Amino acid sequence: MTRVAAVHPTGSFETRLSPDRAILTLLITGHIDTNSTGRLWRQVLHVLEQSRPVEVVIDASDVSYCDGAGAAFFVKLQQHQAGTGGHVTIRGLKEEFRRLLDLYGDVPREAPTGKHREPLSLVEQVGHFTIGIWQDVQVLMTFVGELMAALLRAARHPRLVRWSDAWLSAERAGADALPIIALIGFLLGLILAFQSAIPMRRFGAEIFVANLVGVSMLREMGPLITAIVLAGRSGSAFAAELGTMKVREEIDALVTMGLEPVRFLVVPRVLAAVSMTPILSVFANLFGLIGGALVMVSLGFPLITYINQLLSAVTVGDFLGGLVKSLVYGIVVAGIGCLRGLQTASDASGVGQSTTSAVVSGIVLIAIVDGVFAVLFYALGV
Amino acid sequence: MTTQDPIIRVQHMTGGFEGSVVIDDISFEVYRGEVFVILGGSGSGKSTLLKHMIGLHQPVTGRILIQDEDIVTAEGEQRTKILRNIGVMYQMGALFGSMTLLENVRLPLEEFTDLPLEAMNLIALMKLKLVGLEGFTDYMPSEISGGMQKRAAIARAMALEPAILFLDEPSAGLDPITSADLDQLILGLARNLAVTFVVVTHELASIYTIADRVIMLDKRVKKIVATGRPQELRERSTNPWVTQFFNRQASTGTGKATGETVKGTHT
Repeated sequence: MTRVAAVHPTGSFETRLSPDRAILTLLITGHIDTNSTGRLWRQVLHVLEQSRPVEVVIDASDVSYCDGAGAAFFVKLQQHQAGTGGHVTIRGLKEEFRRLLDLYGDVPREAPTGKHREPLSLVEQVGHFTIGIWQDVQVLMTFVGELMAALLRAARHPRLVRWSDAWLSAERAGADALPIIALIGFLLGLILAFQSAIPMRRFGAEIFVANLVGVSMLREMGPLITAIVLAGRSGSAFAAELGTMKVREEIDALVTMGLEPVRFLVVPRVLAAVSMTPILSVFANLFGLIGGALVMVSLGFPLITYINQLLSAVTVGDFLGGLVKSLVYGIVVAGIGCLRGLQTASDASGVGQSTTSAVVSGIVLIAIVDGVFAVLFYALGV
Repeated sequence: MTTQDPIIRVQHMTGGFEGSVVIDDISFEVYRGEVFVILGGSGSGKSTLLKHMIGLHQPVTGRILIQDEDIVTAEGEQRTKILRNIGVMYQMGALFGSMTLLENVRLPLEEFTDLPLEAMNLIALMKLKLVGLEGFTDYMPSEISGGMQKRAAIARAMALEPAILFLDEPSAGLDPITSADLDQLILGLARNLAVTFVVVTHELASIYTIADRVIMLDKRVKKIVATGRPQELRERSTNPWVTQFFNRQASTGTGKATGETVKGTHT
């Protein structure tokens, strides 16, 4: 006769194995609940694995309390024995606990794993990814078409535009963004000038730092940094606003009222971004040039020399080219922010995903548009 | 099995939210094993009272004793112990959208017990079977209907074998058949598992089916205006608002809340 015993503050068990190892008697006492079942479960199953009896006789007459976890324990013992061709007899279990066991009844022997889907193979993942990109491009093209149509309609009938929303968005995307744009523009100009001044000094060409700062800020860095800040601040905000509206079924309400979400929600935000981005870009340029001036003055050049050099280096074309770029960046950032918001899934993580996607897609599209502009300007000789 | 043994005691509680008082100096007891329904019109503070009882809102004054422990003042481990003994089903189910139904039900077991994963899966499956969802273990909440989400939420609330289950508007947004199914589920759980239910609702059909006792809140006096069995309140109440409520009469603007309480006999 073998005896194995375990003690738990609320539940304990004792086993007796018959000499021929065919019958295992399991004496369970005390509470078997969510607190004590874990230990009982591991130890009893270990004993069963070791002894592999044909029959398990459970003496449950001293079980003082049994809840769902305890019932699951009895069910597991029955399933385990059924799997090895044996069986279980439960004796002495109080009627109230037996009713509980009956209530839960037969459950499938293969307990689920909790995994929602089988993981996809690499080929399937590549396929899904490719289809996803293609569908995204299709949706983007459709949205661009809808947006352009809505903007043209707004140009023909300005009274259809919700100007109060547009002004509010313009304030948030424009005026509120000014301090951060000014700071980043200033630091960018300062860093550009400082980094380029050191190698240029070796050739006695420090004065040309003004050319570098002027051309790079006006043509490239000013509009680009403005667009990236806009994507981070306003693109994400647009996605979150529209995403929350989608989750709260406000977008559905608009559609059922016969109002187009693009006209009602997207056009005011795009107009706000389009009007504000060039202005912010001008400020980014201005503060970048001020940053460059600070470095030049600290290197011993009079301010007027820096300004004269700057005026000889940059043209109106550089300035206007930068403004045109910012205008397009504004449409791209606001448009993609609104699109991602409208695409929000209706679960808890939906808004977070659409916000992230708005920023990432916005920055990627900014880079693509910038590349297109570079080729275009080169071809036009601007 | 209902006894006269109070499992929840609300004593002179005044509460509300964001500085406004919605419920003023109310006291009542919930008995072990009963289905206790909190009734009232829109804005009467039913859900607010529930949120006070489950410790989400702090009352302005008063005590809320759950199994003789005050949830208002409890902190740390004592509070966790109280919360482990209650389960809550929120109005919209509040299942975690990123988890399957099985994972939703398993979550409290993972956090509060040392059960092996196999045991937790089996217990979660048994709870889902109890609410009739054993075939949906691997579904996401977004893939099932509103009624099924509420049943899954009940299964999750029951995962840790709580002594008390709080249900906030279980019938809201459900069709009459699904609502009746849910009522039967509540009754079955109350009778078979001896769980005490505190249910917030204003669905008359549900009240007659499930309630052992009800209390009625009136937003005009911010107090309990009636206590008792639903049939008794309908037949014997002298409070015009209570009569109006139980007979589904339209508001005429003349119903005046008197604050009188009709006591029904409890069996």
